[in-house]
Amino acid sequence: MESSQADINREIEAAAQQPGGPQPKIDYAPYRSSILRHPRQPAHLIDPEAVELWAPVFGHRDVADDEADLTIQHAGTPLGERIVVTGRVLDGDGRPVAGQLVEVWQANAAGRYRHQRDQHPAPHDPNFTGVGRMLTGPDGTYRFQTIKPGPYPWRNHVNAWRPAHIHFSIFGTDFTQRLVTQMYFPGDPLFPLDPIYQSITDPKARELLIAQYDHDVTTPEWSTGYRWDIVLTGTHRTPLESDTEEEVK
Amino acid sequence: MSAVPGQTVGPFFHLGLEFDGMNELVPPSHPRALRLHGHVYDGAGDLVPDAVIEIWQADPQGHIPRQPGSLRRDGWTFTGWGRAATGPDGHYQFATLEPGATEPGKAPFFAVTVFARGLLDRLFTRAYLPDDPDVLANDTLLESVAPDRRATLIARRDPDGAVFDIRLQGEGETVFLTYPRLRDAWA
Repeated sequence: MESSQADINREIEAAAQQPGGPQPKIDYAPYRSSILRHPRQPAHLIDPEAVELWAPVFGHRDVADDEADLTIQHAGTPLGERIVVTGRVLDGDGRPVAGQLVEVWQANAAGRYRHQRDQHPAPHDPNFTGVGRMLTGPDGTYRFQTIKPGPYPWRNHVNAWRPAHIHFSIFGTDFTQRLVTQMYFPGDPLFPLDPIYQSITDPKARELLIAQYDHDVTTPEWSTGYRWDIVLTGTHRTPLESDTEEEVK
Repeated sequence: MSAVPGQTVGPFFHLGLEFDGMNELVPPSHPRALRLHGHVYDGAGDLVPDAVIEIWQADPQGHIPRQPGSLRRDGWTFTGWGRAATGPDGHYQFATLEPGATEPGKAPFFAVTVFARGLLDRLFTRAYLPDDPDVLANDTLLESVAPDRRATLIARRDPDGAVFDIRLQGEGETVFLTYPRLRDAWA
């Protein structure tokens, strides 16, 4: 039998009684698809060697400047609330991660992904794909313009809805910092009900995934702005300027 | 500073993460192209049709590539990084070159990252080439892993190249890795 939201809430509450720390619990049954997809053995600790001490290099031959604007990829203007999202990518010691790749993808304003597997009967927007790429600047800053995504239903349990979010894929200066995560918007009423968000059982750590509204990023007569800084784990090798192949102008 | 936690790549990652040629570090027609491929399995032994595998490796001379261009490959530059999604049959593949030893006597390996729908945080592992048992026997990581789990880190040869299956859970579970500063970030 399918679970109800009340069932999931009870499981979320029970899991929160045994906090797993600031990273998601990969063994987190309220997110049903995780049950058979997490390792049971603890991760094996090693000192990184060779390529693990370095990250792949991306540069201007990989990413065009206009890929950071998700609102100009079609002939017309996408529907929805135009926003700018910006922040800095930093390593665990507070150093900027410069000239590195950031990939983002998201649903449209109606909560529909441009993806065959998304069967949510909300409209596609012919003017919105929902994919962006960019390189961080010398101080680790990334910035993109998009449309605020809508929340959407999924089939984890009956009446399951994801809080609105943007997926982020981030590289650091060494292999061990690789991160894929999701950025959320402040004040979303779906946070307490969402097992993916709640899989991070430390409330302070969960909040690190929520962007802040920033009126200084908002521009008159144009768009609202959000700021979200991304701190990666620490590097195992002191990064060099030559970690980025191309000078970021 | 507190590191940002991970979240699952979700079911719609193809939209944001796929690009042309992502799994072809070299063209498959390259005379020295190696087919690195395998299946991804869940804890019930079922195939995982929505996983993403990334590899990062040295070139055949053991040099660590410092060249951009993985997203828009020019057909000539070896960037050392690639990404593959599993298909409906849970199979992924790369066309690449064999990594060389980064130091004399070191066992060459691919650094591997695994993402999937249902997997709440990414996993790290290594795929070693199987050819030199002496070198493998002296490898720091392999030595530190229980003997009955070592084979999960070693690709096997097939006529086209090398097969590296990934088992997320249960019998034959792949050895996944953590690193000091990753572990400390979560301490």
